[in-house]
Amino acid sequence: MGGLLTETFIASLLFGAVTVGIPLLLAGLGEQISEKAGVLNIGIEGMMLMGAYGGFVAAYYSESFWLGFLAGGVSGMAVAALMVLFCVLLGMNQIVIGIALTIGAEGLTALLHHFQFSRSYPRLSEVPTLDIAGLSDIPVIGPALFERHPLVYLAIVLVVAIAWLFRRSHIGLNLQAAGDHPAALDAAGIDVKLTRSLAVLATGLLAGIGGAFMADVGAGLFVPFMTHGAGFIAIVLAMLARGKPLWVLLGAALFGASLALTTALQVAGLNIPTDIVQMLPFAMVIVVLVLFARHSYLPPALGLPYHRGER
Amino acid sequence: MTPAAGRAPAVALRGITKRFPGVLANDAISLALHGGEVHALLGENGAGKSTLIGILAGMLQPDEGHIEIAGARVRINSPHHSLRLRIGTVFQHVLLVNSLTVIENLMLGGAWWRRHDRRAALGRFGEISQLLGVDIDPHVPAGRLSLGQQQQVEIIRALWHGGNVLVLDEPTSMLTPQGVEELGGVMRRLAEEGVAIVFVTHKLREAYAFGDRISVLRRGRLVGGIAPERLRAMGEEEATNEIIRLMFEDSDGADAKTLVREGHGRRARAEFDRSGPAAIGLENVVTAAAPGECALGGVSFSVRPGEVFGIAGVDGNGQKHLAELLAGQRPALSGTIEVGGQPAGPGGVAARRRLGVRYISDERLGEATVAGHSVATNLVLKEIGAPPYWRDGMTQWRRIFSHARHVIEEHDIRTPSEHTLLGRLSGGNIQKLLLAREISTDASVVIFNKPTHGLDLHNTRLARQRIVKSAESGIATIVISTELDELLELCHRIGVMFAGELRGIVDNQAGAEARIGRLMTGAKAA
Repeated sequence: MGGLLTETFIASLLFGAVTVGIPLLLAGLGEQISEKAGVLNIGIEGMMLMGAYGGFVAAYYSESFWLGFLAGGVSGMAVAALMVLFCVLLGMNQIVIGIALTIGAEGLTALLHHFQFSRSYPRLSEVPTLDIAGLSDIPVIGPALFERHPLVYLAIVLVVAIAWLFRRSHIGLNLQAAGDHPAALDAAGIDVKLTRSLAVLATGLLAGIGGAFMADVGAGLFVPFMTHGAGFIAIVLAMLARGKPLWVLLGAALFGASLALTTALQVAGLNIPTDIVQMLPFAMVIVVLVLFARHSYLPPALGLPYHRGER
Repeated sequence: MTPAAGRAPAVALRGITKRFPGVLANDAISLALHGGEVHALLGENGAGKSTLIGILAGMLQPDEGHIEIAGARVRINSPHHSLRLRIGTVFQHVLLVNSLTVIENLMLGGAWWRRHDRRAALGRFGEISQLLGVDIDPHVPAGRLSLGQQQQVEIIRALWHGGNVLVLDEPTSMLTPQGVEELGGVMRRLAEEGVAIVFVTHKLREAYAFGDRISVLRRGRLVGGIAPERLRAMGEEEATNEIIRLMFEDSDGADAKTLVREGHGRRARAEFDRSGPAAIGLENVVTAAAPGECALGGVSFSVRPGEVFGIAGVDGNGQKHLAELLAGQRPALSGTIEVGGQPAGPGGVAARRRLGVRYISDERLGEATVAGHSVATNLVLKEIGAPPYWRDGMTQWRRIFSHARHVIEEHDIRTPSEHTLLGRLSGGNIQKLLLAREISTDASVVIFNKPTHGLDLHNTRLARQRIVKSAESGIATIVISTELDELLELCHRIGVMFAGELRGIVDNQAGAEARIGRLMTGAKAA
């Protein structure tokens, strides 16, 4: 097991943890916003996948990563808009619609990919990075954490920004009221459906950008079904974080690291069957759930559509 | 004709009509609300009070008629609009977000993009608290306040933007007697400030005590009222007679009149053997704490055959755990329960039923019944799998249906047939079904949890008669209720729950009401 603590192993583990963790972080933050507002967004997997596809197509043709992320965010929001229509405005079952959206996005992106790219499998060019002066020279940690695409740093800033919004702004109060006691928010003169709609759209935006990051930065290409359950891990992260964005960051780092172990162990040349290595992140989900699920907090009105005048 | 006749009323409702499928909830109601006046709106359940309030609060739109504010015709489109028109509403169900602090609850409703201004909000909070004469810590999560305090927070919120009109929907239903007095004081002070107050209630005494003007609704129509100067000239007796005449004339009049009177007094109670052995006894029982629920912290009492033992207290002080514990739905952490002199053991509901313990839940639809099953199935719900209704695993439908037909006739349950889904029945008929199911000859202890909650006067009367009858037949009867009047009418002794403890047990004699009221606020027994 001497190979475990080598520089290459640690460097590839950290690098991979960030690459895999950022989509989880963005999607987890998004899910947190919508759960806070009382919408259980199971469709987030579909939003990520649509974001990955849209993000890849835009980045490939425009040769701009930023346009790719923008397109990814918009694609995620498009799926979220369907969720808004069916679940928030029409009050349909959030779980059924969420599953339908995920399956629908899987089918649609696989189909589109088949017609466009299945013969060529194009790849994006190298990821542009922003080196943080001083920090990027640190051995091992530097290249893994501080020579990354600017979106990585933005995502971390977003954690602080969302934490501030939750604590200090009306947005935070409104979201929490929409999830805990929507009738109270309605009586306070705030439109519950509008609040929830905006929350779900924000989720779609973040999940879509997360998906685009996965395709453009993580893989450099689009493969059908590439999100591979990341959206569901994001749901778990949001539930365990109990409304605190910082906990989503910690969770994303933990899951990112365990997902990255897969590649890092292969880089380290360890002779463990890949099937077992690939199980690690999911075993980790179960372990974390067993240890912490008792502390998960869900808003009382989560999953319940709101209609004025009903109790 | 009134002191306010000179100027336009603060709010005038003109010919308001509202229909729901199959129901005419408001039928051409016209009302005027004047500044500086407490307008008591009286009516039974289903008289259309809540609909009218929903319309004032912008939750519902009238089908016909319109609203005028200071003489100008308006259409109240939303709750937000209602607030902007300076109409503040305090609903019957608390509308606070439990996880937010008091001040955060009050800041709800600000613009999306703006950072909230805590200091300004605290300033406003101080101003209004002083006006109302209440003292609440603004930094405590709303869920930790007592119901009376939560209601005060709601009143503060209703006045937050300079309310001109304050609508209170059944505000006294959850309060202790002292809380009711305090609320009366708050309403008086606000009326002196020129606020128009609508005080909705179904209790005659409160309407008379706090109202300057009384209007009576019946079956969606305004059937009459008493103007301020006439009300001032009337004594309580005279006013009560007038109101009863308005409320019940040519309906179930005689029946309701008796009940209204009984509600104010005490019924002669049958004596029971006070020296005999207890039918059920609790000794220092503790239940496990659960989030959001009040657990029991050492409760002891015993009830003898034929006795009616009341449990008073503001809702949420451990009544739920006590009821579930007695029924066998919740285990005791420590302490002993004896039924008929024998330890009741750890067994669940089935074991408790074998000992003769019956429980009539306050959650009529939910814990007690299955709305999507037929009346007949619900009648045998607690005997599933047992003969004679089940034999060798086979359901004996014919027996179940004939049993149901028998019970329906004997207990006058109004249902189209025994196959009707239970959810279609009215609350009063569901309660009749439950009473029929639970009170039988082999019962030795029956627990009633809020037996008349949400029932109309007629069904309230039937349920209370049933309780008295079951006690007279020698059943040890426990009545858990938040309606003190009800307990004073029915019980021999009344125990008062506060924060999961029995603060004291009061013999139901003269002066009991005041002692119970003190215990309900948490004072130790004197």
